[in-house]
Amino acid sequence: MGASQSGRVHMFQDLADKTGFSIEQINNLRNRFMYLTQDEDTLRREHLENISNLALNPIRRQIIEAFFDKRNLGEKEKGCLQEIGFEEFVMVLSFFRPPKPRTSDEEMKNIKKEKLRFLFNMHDTDNDGVITLDEYRRVVEELLSSYETIGAETAKAISDAAMLEVASVTVGQMGPDEFYEGITFEQFMQILKNVEIETKMNIHFWNLDKRTMQCGK
Amino acid sequence: MELKMFLLVLGLLVGTGSPDMGSSQGKCSESLVQGPQTQENRTHTTHSKKPFPVLSFGYDYVRLPFEISLWVLLASLMKLGFHLMPRLSSIVPESCLLIVVGLLVGGLIKLVGEAPPVLESNIFFLYLLPPIILDAGYFLPIRQFTENLGTILMFAVVGTLWNAFFVGGLLYGVCQLEGHRLVTVDLLSCLLFGSIISAVDPVAVLAVFEEIHINELLHILVFGESLLNDAVTVVLYHLFEEFSSVGTITVTDVLLGIVCFLVVSLGGIVVGAIYGILAAFTSRFTSHTRVIEPLFVFLYSYMAYLSAEVFHLSGIMALIACGAVMRPYVEANISHKSHTTIKYFLKMWSSVSDTLIFIFLGVSTVAGPHEWNWIFVVATLIFCLVARVLGVVGLTFVINKFRIVKLTSKDQFIIAYGGLRGAIAFSLVYLLNTDHFPKRNMFLTAIITVIFFTVFVQGMTIRPLVDLLAVKKKQETKRSINEEIHTQFLDHLLTGIEDICGHYGHHHWKDKLNRFNKKYVKKCLIAGERSKEPQLIAFYHKMEMKQAIELVESGGGSKLPSAMPSTVSMQNIQPKKPPQDRALPQLSKAREEEIRKILRTNLQRTRQRLRSYNRHTLIADPYEDGWNEILIKRKKMKELEKKISQMNNYLTVPAPPPDSPTIARARLASDPQAWGLKSATESIPSIKVDLASPQSPESVNIVDEIGMKGSQPKVSEEGGGLTMKVPSPTKPRKDQTTDEDNDKEPQQRLMRCLSDPGPAAEEEDEDEPFLH
Repeated sequence: MGASQSGRVHMFQDLADKTGFSIEQINNLRNRFMYLTQDEDTLRREHLENISNLALNPIRRQIIEAFFDKRNLGEKEKGCLQEIGFEEFVMVLSFFRPPKPRTSDEEMKNIKKEKLRFLFNMHDTDNDGVITLDEYRRVVEELLSSYETIGAETAKAISDAAMLEVASVTVGQMGPDEFYEGITFEQFMQILKNVEIETKMNIHFWNLDKRTMQCGK
Repeated sequence: MELKMFLLVLGLLVGTGSPDMGSSQGKCSESLVQGPQTQENRTHTTHSKKPFPVLSFGYDYVRLPFEISLWVLLASLMKLGFHLMPRLSSIVPESCLLIVVGLLVGGLIKLVGEAPPVLESNIFFLYLLPPIILDAGYFLPIRQFTENLGTILMFAVVGTLWNAFFVGGLLYGVCQLEGHRLVTVDLLSCLLFGSIISAVDPVAVLAVFEEIHINELLHILVFGESLLNDAVTVVLYHLFEEFSSVGTITVTDVLLGIVCFLVVSLGGIVVGAIYGILAAFTSRFTSHTRVIEPLFVFLYSYMAYLSAEVFHLSGIMALIACGAVMRPYVEANISHKSHTTIKYFLKMWSSVSDTLIFIFLGVSTVAGPHEWNWIFVVATLIFCLVARVLGVVGLTFVINKFRIVKLTSKDQFIIAYGGLRGAIAFSLVYLLNTDHFPKRNMFLTAIITVIFFTVFVQGMTIRPLVDLLAVKKKQETKRSINEEIHTQFLDHLLTGIEDICGHYGHHHWKDKLNRFNKKYVKKCLIAGERSKEPQLIAFYHKMEMKQAIELVESGGGSKLPSAMPSTVSMQNIQPKKPPQDRALPQLSKAREEEIRKILRTNLQRTRQRLRSYNRHTLIADPYEDGWNEILIKRKKMKELEKKISQMNNYLTVPAPPPDSPTIARARLASDPQAWGLKSATESIPSIKVDLASPQSPESVNIVDEIGMKGSQPKVSEEGGGLTMKVPSPTKPRKDQTTDEDNDKEPQQRLMRCLSDPGPAAEEEDEDEPFLH
């Protein structure tokens, strides 16, 4: 028991260093992980789909996919995994860790870039490095999917307008023959530079404790 | 010119003897009493056979309203004057100038020998303060406010308490030490004084911060604090005032005080929320009486304020709650014009109030009974400043542990420096009873000094300091639809992650509230179909409207406010699908605007077949002209688009429209290329539709040009698709700019809408054979 404990602590320490969480937070996350997977070793999509609160979320599919997306796990490959372990779970969640108080501007920029990259990967479902009109349309449709009365054309109109805006802002002059493939990551960063992702895309992990753990279902 | 008017007005004021202002608020009885008397006099004179008075002077009859109007006129003229002197208004904030004017007016009145009017507390609290607070509450940025609510509450409650006790306690110490004249000031009086002076004043903060355009976070922090500390001030004030006569405070009193605080603040909010919901509910039924819609908003809010004041609850918080609660629902229900009316009335009233308050502050300074005591006043000033700085620094240290976005020392400095005191403190001191507080005049003097110091010194220097410290300013960029999409996306994403982590955080509760709102509340409070409208759609439509308005308003020249030098069009964005599946190129908004304009001027009959989304059935509303037509036409075009795409026709639209005045004006620089055509000169089988416009014959011409030269692969694959193009396409289309477009032939027309040939508006059905 003692050996596995210290072994686990050692593993947690590695994780902590890699992702920036504290040991306590990783412990809490470990408990949550075990709760979600019902004490199995790996997490599968069904485990996440079982969370009842998540069912009401209009973009739950993309959120769940994000956990299994190889691009978010730091690997250079593309594609999805079928199941992930605790390490990958923590790594995906580390995208939402608030930046430490004394981060330099340079580091902030990197953090912002990472978070934007996560968002980008969520939209770019076919892994080709650009968000095409179709993909963006799907994003808007999902956002509006909780409202039944919205016709598909309104979603289309909104996503078209949004794409046009991106193109206008980032590319500027385009001849009639040129074709705008889609939103690249640099353009994505440019249009969202005012949104202050690094401060908004965070959740407080310090609040995790046993009580709230059980209430997720 | 303004100076002359100013002097004239001043003269009138002084001449009419302004003591009435101070003593005759709401004392219409006085003038009413005088009314019948003068009537009697007049009837009496006719009996004694004097010559018939052709012109008589009956000033007393109109004295009260006349003087009030004169004061308001003076205030407005002052405001006008300042803005005509740009150099002065860029250095000195408006509030300072107004106080100086007040001083001058007061001085003049005193010179003449009259007693200058004082800012009576009930005029202030009942008439001058509510418009400003309502304006602030109605337009409160809810999102930022709730995100920073914890911080704001900390500053408002704990900060104000700290200030009050620090200043009060130390002043008491000073008074004891000083001996002789001040030893009569007991602890409770000092604490009361401390509590009055410690509250940051929303009027002053608004007046100064509005001009420096600081970033939204700091603005909402200081401003939110100034609003929410009202509850604390009210409780402390009543607590100390009640017990000042008794002389001691026990522990039970303190506990009761805490309970009282909770009651006052929460009670105020509840009262405000109730009235807000009532207002929202009322607005649901106003679709037939649009004209009085703004009145409901104002009346319910004012009633909320007064009701809260009846029970000594926090009126300011009630007003804020009322405005914030009713706004989303009311805005979904009322017409566009009512919305504009509300906005402008609120701004106007709050502006006038604000000006009057500062002028009166100046006048009261000259008027008020003063008792100058160097030590007390200087000590007050120093302690206030020190308390503020210490309070902010200490609280920020604690708050930063819980915040994601930490407050930097620059932020802290601005927050501390922005703690201005104002007229509320003055009025509260003025209300003190001289029997209980023998040193009231001294308090008054001290408060006025502190107010002057904060408003003048801090108000004037904050702008250069903000520039010096390079504090982030407010971003003027418009909200883009991408940002809106992603803000919503982020909300859902973060809620989802919180659910996965099993963490009931900020987003979880916000999401729950939104869902509750959508499911139950909106159905009750919003009329008709709009209750189902999601925020994104509402935002999108708002943006469309704004652009449409901009388009129409931008009269001469091709330079438009939102001009973006880009020639991207939807054509560019459409993916390269195989031609069979090629969808119709979407029209960008600008093009559709132009089409709408042309349609509006040319078509005689409108078709009202609308799609699933009912929001546009505003036709019945006689007060909404134009916009619903635009939106209907848009729907119509979408239908047409569907029809066309179903027929598998490849439609490209030729060159941009020509020089017709409406069109040339309305063209957005951002996409002159919406018709993005293939280059130049292919003559392909084309159909040219001449939209009737002032310049062309009203007819539909079908021009069939057998194309021989290299038609583009897309077209050839489709084989004889319908293409509309320019009949005389000699120029290459490589780089189209707006200027070039202006040179096109007058025959080129917007050819998108095949079904809208001309003023002899055919039925839509008639168009279909044409299309086939």
